[in-house]
Amino acid sequence: MLDFSKNYFELFGLPVGFIVDADSLSDRYRDLQRVIHPDRYANASEQERLLSLQGASRINEAFATLKDPIARATYLLTMHGIEMDAQKETTSDMAFLMEQMELREELEGVRNQDDPYEAVLDLRGRINRQIKTLVGQMAVQFENATPDQLEDAREILRKMRFLQKLRTEVESVAADLEDEL
Amino acid sequence: MALMQIAEPGQAQAPHQHKLAAGIDLGTTNSLVASVRSGKAETLPDEQGRHLLPSVVQFGENGVVVGEAARVAAVTDPLNTIASAKRLIGRGVEDIKSLGNRLPYEFVQTETAVPRIRTVAGDVTPVEVSAEILKTLAQRAERTLGGDLAGVVITVPAYFDDAQRQATKDAAKLAGLKVLRLLNEPTAAAVAYGLDKGAEGVHAIYDLGGGTFDISILRLNKGVFEVMSTGGDSALGGDDFDQLVAEWIMTQAGIQDDADHMTLRRLMQDACSAKEGLTEADTVPLDIELPDGSRWQGSLDLERFNALIDPLIKKTLIACRRAMRDAGVENGEIKEVVMVGGATRVRRVRERVGDLFATEPLVDIDPDRVVAAGAAIQADILAGNKPDDEMLLLDVIPLSLGLETMGGLSEKIVARNTTIPVARAQEFTTFKDGQTAMAIHVVQGERELISDCRSLARFELRGIPPMVAGAARIRVTFAVDADGLLSVSAEEQSSGVQANIEVKPSYGLTDGEIETMLRDSIDHAQDDMDSRNLREQQVDADRVIEALEAALAADGDRLLNDEERRIVDAALAALREVARSEEISAIKEGISAIEKTCGFYVERRMNQSIHEAMAGHNVNEFE
Repeated sequence: MLDFSKNYFELFGLPVGFIVDADSLSDRYRDLQRVIHPDRYANASEQERLLSLQGASRINEAFATLKDPIARATYLLTMHGIEMDAQKETTSDMAFLMEQMELREELEGVRNQDDPYEAVLDLRGRINRQIKTLVGQMAVQFENATPDQLEDAREILRKMRFLQKLRTEVESVAADLEDEL
Repeated sequence: MALMQIAEPGQAQAPHQHKLAAGIDLGTTNSLVASVRSGKAETLPDEQGRHLLPSVVQFGENGVVVGEAARVAAVTDPLNTIASAKRLIGRGVEDIKSLGNRLPYEFVQTETAVPRIRTVAGDVTPVEVSAEILKTLAQRAERTLGGDLAGVVITVPAYFDDAQRQATKDAAKLAGLKVLRLLNEPTAAAVAYGLDKGAEGVHAIYDLGGGTFDISILRLNKGVFEVMSTGGDSALGGDDFDQLVAEWIMTQAGIQDDADHMTLRRLMQDACSAKEGLTEADTVPLDIELPDGSRWQGSLDLERFNALIDPLIKKTLIACRRAMRDAGVENGEIKEVVMVGGATRVRRVRERVGDLFATEPLVDIDPDRVVAAGAAIQADILAGNKPDDEMLLLDVIPLSLGLETMGGLSEKIVARNTTIPVARAQEFTTFKDGQTAMAIHVVQGERELISDCRSLARFELRGIPPMVAGAARIRVTFAVDADGLLSVSAEEQSSGVQANIEVKPSYGLTDGEIETMLRDSIDHAQDDMDSRNLREQQVDADRVIEALEAALAADGDRLLNDEERRIVDAALAALREVARSEEISAIKEGISAIEKTCGFYVERRMNQSIHEAMAGHNVNEFE
């Protein structure tokens, strides 16, 4: 049975840290599901089927968390005892917030552009680059994970969440425009 | 249970009892059953050599007729002959009305949300109609394979919601079948193709059946089929092409909307023939019998036909683009597109899908049979006939699950395209002093407003210990299993009290209703429910015994010391003894007793396999 006291990194036999090797992660994910997935226990007893269902659910959750940089950072902070309230916490970095407002205005005006679809793709590209930059900054904070660095990580995470939310909105506009093509 | 001994080449293990298993494609228009025989998945024909079973059931004065004969009868006896029950299954009366008023059946006014159709043989639900089709196919398989089926895999559209999946499983239960898995149709098709060709990389499966459309994006990697995203429309298919053609003919021939059922049925069949003719010819002649007995003659050419169906094809392409976005893949990354479902024979569909993915679609396997073949392969593995097979299917939930919050909004708990099985917990609190009950409404869908999503069920939590407002912490866990079916459990955190959950499925049958149906069904009228239950218990006990025996043979010596081995052997002997008794409760107790005594061994085996899977991956090497 899957040891539920293990953290997600231990489950996958990976070192605890923000940098995760994507190939190793998916390889191990597949190896684990191969032995624990309910389909491996189709003829087993109720009890075994329940254990395998719980185990496979846990592995899926762990994989989804470690795969996504924002979920991974949130999880790492929790491991260090920092629980973030996703709804309430926002950054107070004024420059960042101003920039966000501008991006948001740009999204609102995208339909007035000559080529709205190109414009929205361009916007998405810039947001993705910003997130990528933050992902790079995040990695550094977890190398030693001093209290100061963890606070910095928390601030970076706040910004990442901001951008992620905006990206979701951008993608939904892109989807609408694509459907109209 | 009839067992055949088959020595499969390349299987080094002790002679394994080969279990009979089948894959069933329960389609809107046609259904099929397939099985793996001599290593090959084949669809099984009926005694007349026909593979396709029309999904039509006649509940006539002289009993139940399924298949081709019922399809023919549909023209003369439309009210008692139910076709396309798949469009109705797991849906409410209101949903069905919104599907269009062209269904020729008489719906009975009932208090429950499950629609009932009036026939001369009594009122029937879509679940019962599907159960008749499943029974017919299972009988065909048992006759051909020469024994009882140990289990079946039934395919469902990937885009089926929880209610539709549950209803399909209920139909199997009514038909007396053991369901090894509900498998998504596109995934089944991928299995049939993937194993045949050893394909790797990202693939798209475009599945346009008679009444449903699915698109799935999968990644194939060393025998693991990982569904990245799925999308579709569970009320769009080739039948809708027929409908458009029929409407066009009506306008041309001056047939009124209120024409009689028989004329409308005949018209649908003429429209279907025209569509089929156009897969080869560029124009087809039409010769239509009018309500007054006279005839109208005309023709339909490809250009007109394409113009009629283009809006529907466009809807499918929009879903394809969304699925690609959800999977995070670009056009160029998709290696191949597999075409599934009878409606993909339409030339225009192939053209437009090929254009979208910029690749020639794969049509090597008969699009009608590929789903059943894939299901048969999976059934063979799940039944335990291929213990060394590496294949694994990782599917996703097609639509987000949410909870109703204040203001009639949906709060998403599990996002669409999350890999299943999945479990998510959410904490709730009471808002009144001494509150002991709480209502939770679960919906499925992407929209923000509850009214725009599909209601799945209402849960009532009872037995919360009385506390001041806000003090109770009720943790509700939503779990979706590998079949895509939801279950809910709840616990009050501070006291550890399990809250009772009463489920009111919005569009499903309750367990009690299924029980009543089983009791009432013609097949079981003479059959005593008790003896049926006894048989089920005995089969369960046999399964536990076999599983344990297989485990002991595989690793009993390695994982158990002498003392432990004696305990397991004794428990096994005790269950063997009781399994032959005629006492349901004794067998039940025997099973739970062995689960308790041998639980340590079960856990040790699972640990061992996890340990072996992770062997070679050493954490320390990074530190």
